[in-house]
Amino acid sequence: MTLRLTDEEKAILAGGKGTYGDRMAMEVVAESARYLGAKSLVPVASSHIDGCLYHGDSGTLYCEKLVDQGARVRVPTSTNVGALNLLKPDQCRLEPHRKKMAFRLMVAHEKMGCAPSWTCAPYQAGARPSLGQQIAWGESNAVAFANTVLGARTNRYGDFLDIACAISARAPDFGLHIAENRTARLVIDASDLPARLLQEDAFYPVLGALIGRLAGETIAAVTGMPDNVSEDALKALCAGAASTGAVALIHIVGVTPEATTLKAALGGLVPEVTITLTHEMILEARDALSLSQSEIINSVALGSPHFNTTECKSVLRLAAGRGFEIPFFICMGRHTFEELKSDDTLQDLEHLGIECVVDTCVVVTPILPRAGGVMMTNSAKFAHYVQGNTGHAPIFGTLRECVLSAQSGRVIRDPDVWS
Amino acid sequence: MSWKTEILLVGAGQGDVLRLDAPISFWGGIDPETSRVVLAGHPQHGQQIADKMVAIPNTVGSSSSSAVLLELIHQGIAPAGIILGRPDAILPIGGIAARQMGWRPPPIVVLRDHSLQSGERISICEDGLVQLL
Repeated sequence: MTLRLTDEEKAILAGGKGTYGDRMAMEVVAESARYLGAKSLVPVASSHIDGCLYHGDSGTLYCEKLVDQGARVRVPTSTNVGALNLLKPDQCRLEPHRKKMAFRLMVAHEKMGCAPSWTCAPYQAGARPSLGQQIAWGESNAVAFANTVLGARTNRYGDFLDIACAISARAPDFGLHIAENRTARLVIDASDLPARLLQEDAFYPVLGALIGRLAGETIAAVTGMPDNVSEDALKALCAGAASTGAVALIHIVGVTPEATTLKAALGGLVPEVTITLTHEMILEARDALSLSQSEIINSVALGSPHFNTTECKSVLRLAAGRGFEIPFFICMGRHTFEELKSDDTLQDLEHLGIECVVDTCVVVTPILPRAGGVMMTNSAKFAHYVQGNTGHAPIFGTLRECVLSAQSGRVIRDPDVWS
Repeated sequence: MSWKTEILLVGAGQGDVLRLDAPISFWGGIDPETSRVVLAGHPQHGQQIADKMVAIPNTVGSSSSSAVLLELIHQGIAPAGIILGRPDAILPIGGIAARQMGWRPPPIVVLRDHSLQSGERISICEDGLVQLL
């Protein structure tokens, strides 16, 4: 299969059009398109950049070279989390050199014209691509949400390809950009599960984590779901699935836009496999998110994906004015942080002792208390990554369990939730 | 003995094979400061991939693997070559970025169903040919 480029794309590659930075970006997009087997490049309408998180000096130097060579994004582009809370730089304990380079990396993205959103939930910060729109997004949960909930079309774009797509306003035309690659091959049936369980918020991240393990890279269609699943539940589900598997799209029949019917989700074909979920499978998936049997917890962290105002207010309601025995973190974008200031919410959260982690999150940069502790969370994504990234062992719980446990410093369970 | 491969990132190199016996993501699986396998429970845990012809049956596609590869190249501790069991969409981007910085990336090729063993000495040519030396 040969990659065919337009005259304009060829001109940019040959250096006859645009800046050297444009040429660098086009080279990355075109070369990846070649090895991915794409026949052409597809124009994209927006981008979300995961490459602004510091992994070493080389990434900073690369992005600064793009800036120096005149590269600027040509489509609306949001940024995922960086390694720093820019509103409170002392919150993270990176050593000074790394902190400086992490900061320079974030600045380089602003200089390229990215909107400084610094959030892993851009879709709740104003970036809402439309059904069928071609986009080039990074960050696994955002990719899964954009494809699944919004019906926009993107693959999982990795570091440097994401910004290259934003600069060239193009992506390799392969995978989920192409309609026939978006149909489900696997059916996951939830209709045997207790109906009450499907009304619990905590069910959704667990279901996501289970879908990730069952589906891997295969697109699944989930049947038997209630039609009133909230957007925040879908957000937690997508993040869970994209953590435990390379999931970029799930069809939830009767809920998500490309799955009005099972037949539509399957593209009229017969599924290769059908898996009927049992109550035991859900309980096992829930238990797999806890890697500690400890009764004592050292912190609670929420907000992966970043919490929104409604989710923050739920914490306040559950806490009912009673403070915490242990550090309590909520990760959020600055759009939410600003919203919380518009009434008493931020003040009330801080009064309880909650630490708002803005622009970043506790599993990508050292913010949690020193390693070796136990962290409780209602996020499947935090539960999946926290041990490897920070040395803290996760305990998964419902939002109410997290709040009550933080108030006592010990794990408090709500046995009725999972029955 | 020699094998034709599918080229993801063109280049040439030679070295000793280090075969990874379980899937890995470069991000979270390889320490960018030491090139050691740090994924808990991985059969090659603790081994360094620097200067090796690293044969990986299956990568787990983390979106920051490209950044980790770029960092390994920048630090001078990249593998001499990477032989994947199946294509990885993200890893080669780190090599393309390295080339644009003037840093020499390792070749990355796909060779399905091979029996390369750790310790064997091989080369990769610019045309993608892998040869047992």
